[in-house]
Amino acid sequence: MNVEEIVEGVISGNRRLLARAITIVENEYPESKELLRKIYPRTGNAHVIGITGFPGVGKSTIVSKLTEEFRRRGKSVGIVAVDPSSPFTGGALLGDRLRLDGADVNKNLWLDEKVFFRSMGSRGRLGGIAKKTGDVIKLLDAAGYEKILVETVGAGQSEIGVLEVADTVVVILMPETGDDIQVNKAGILEIGDIFVINKSDLEGAENVERWLKYMLSLDEETVIELSKLSHADDAKIMQKLKWKKPVLRTIADKGVGIKELANEIERHYEVIKKNGILQEKRREKAKLSAIELAVEEIRSEIIKRYKQLLDKEIDPYTLADKIVKEVLKC
Amino acid sequence: MERIRVLIAKVGLDGHDRGAKVLARFLRDAGFEVIYTGLHRTPQEVARAAVDEDVDVVGISLLSGAHIPLVPRVIQYIREYGGNPDEMLILVGGTIPHDDFPKLREAGVDGIFIPGTPISEIIKFIKEELPKKRKGKSK
Ligand SMILES: Nc1nc2c(ncn2[C@@H]2O[C@H](COP(=O)(O)OP(=O)(O)O)[C@@H](O)[C@H]2O)c(=O)[nH]1
Ligand SMILES: [Mg+2]
Repeated sequence: MNVEEIVEGVISGNRRLLARAITIVENEYPESKELLRKIYPRTGNAHVIGITGFPGVGKSTIVSKLTEEFRRRGKSVGIVAVDPSSPFTGGALLGDRLRLDGADVNKNLWLDEKVFFRSMGSRGRLGGIAKKTGDVIKLLDAAGYEKILVETVGAGQSEIGVLEVADTVVVILMPETGDDIQVNKAGILEIGDIFVINKSDLEGAENVERWLKYMLSLDEETVIELSKLSHADDAKIMQKLKWKKPVLRTIADKGVGIKELANEIERHYEVIKKNGILQEKRREKAKLSAIELAVEEIRSEIIKRYKQLLDKEIDPYTLADKIVKEVLKC
Repeated sequence: MERIRVLIAKVGLDGHDRGAKVLARFLRDAGFEVIYTGLHRTPQEVARAAVDEDVDVVGISLLSGAHIPLVPRVIQYIREYGGNPDEMLILVGGTIPHDDFPKLREAGVDGIFIPGTPISEIIKFIKEELPKKRKGKSK
């Protein structure tokens, strides 16, 4: 099958070809680049929502319930769920799909034509997503999925990867998700647009909520202070001023609070569409992925072309100078 | 970078998935990407997952004794959903009487593993048989 046919299939909603296109991209087969180049003009219509948080907080459960809610609202939903790959064997246990079960027994999300779920191993990438997650999202986007939910690896470290791919970032916490310091260290307050305290049926939800709101208010004060300084037009600061980060409570396995969460997700999307932040985020994303691709290409070219030089006994500083001078010339 | 993707599915009504979970874990340690479906999946659900996840191996585990209608149905639905079961390794695990082996094989099953089969044997089987099956996902 040629790339043309696959592209045509992806765009026209052929699931089988979409599934195969994802494999091609994920495995970085030779035709991957051409495929991505061809579908790129068809992307940019989906709302990409990142779902992040420590392991076990209920990300997959929330993804499932949100899928059901968005379907109720008539939206098609693509899901990419990333789980960690073993750094030793490369193997991975991809167990997010098993939570895919709506509350409505008459509506089977597994068989819903307008739901597409794909599991990914992180394959060595840190930061909560796989190297190819962004490109897989583009395929789902080109295939016409309106809401794309991305569940990241809950590593508990800085999950900044989600920022590279998502328009809206939802951070999930739960009572007793470790101490405040752990959460602070993870930089979670900065990356989230919406905060959810899941498992509110458990004791301690009020405490987390109080603490979280306090931390967010400190953050807000800083933003307001900064805005009084000269660079008040700085886009990032303006963004923060225009969006007061909401804190919600859910009991995901019972479906409690999911409607409200979906409402906030929609509201965030409307706000960033209107104030230009969305366009800016997307420009930034395109720039970053171009840089990443270029760097990768140059790196492998260097390794290929300078094999002999690299093996020689020469100090790395001189060698680097030499390579840069030659690369820039061509 | 290529990875072998394996779907481990529990089909039917039996509520035991310890064996399936242990197998999933071992397969992960052997370097596979393992997607686990959870309990009580229908043949359609398993087939849909196999196609959408574009897996190389489908492992169906059942203890209920209903393998004869259920397993062929999974294979039939994979085809119906546009997948090609001939390019996948289809494995069945569970209490399956010898008399039923031919019927399952005829339906397209590549490997049958009864309780007590060492997991290492299953891994070996996948590694040896999959290359014969795969026409290669890259064209
Ligand atoms: N008590 C309680 N348990 C929940 C809630 N939401 C999810 N769970 C359970 O928490 C466990 C982990 O959920 P999962 O969605 O897999 O978390 P993930 O690792 O973040 O994806 C599962 O056993 C869920 O059933 C909730 O609101 N309350
Ligand atoms: Mg999960």
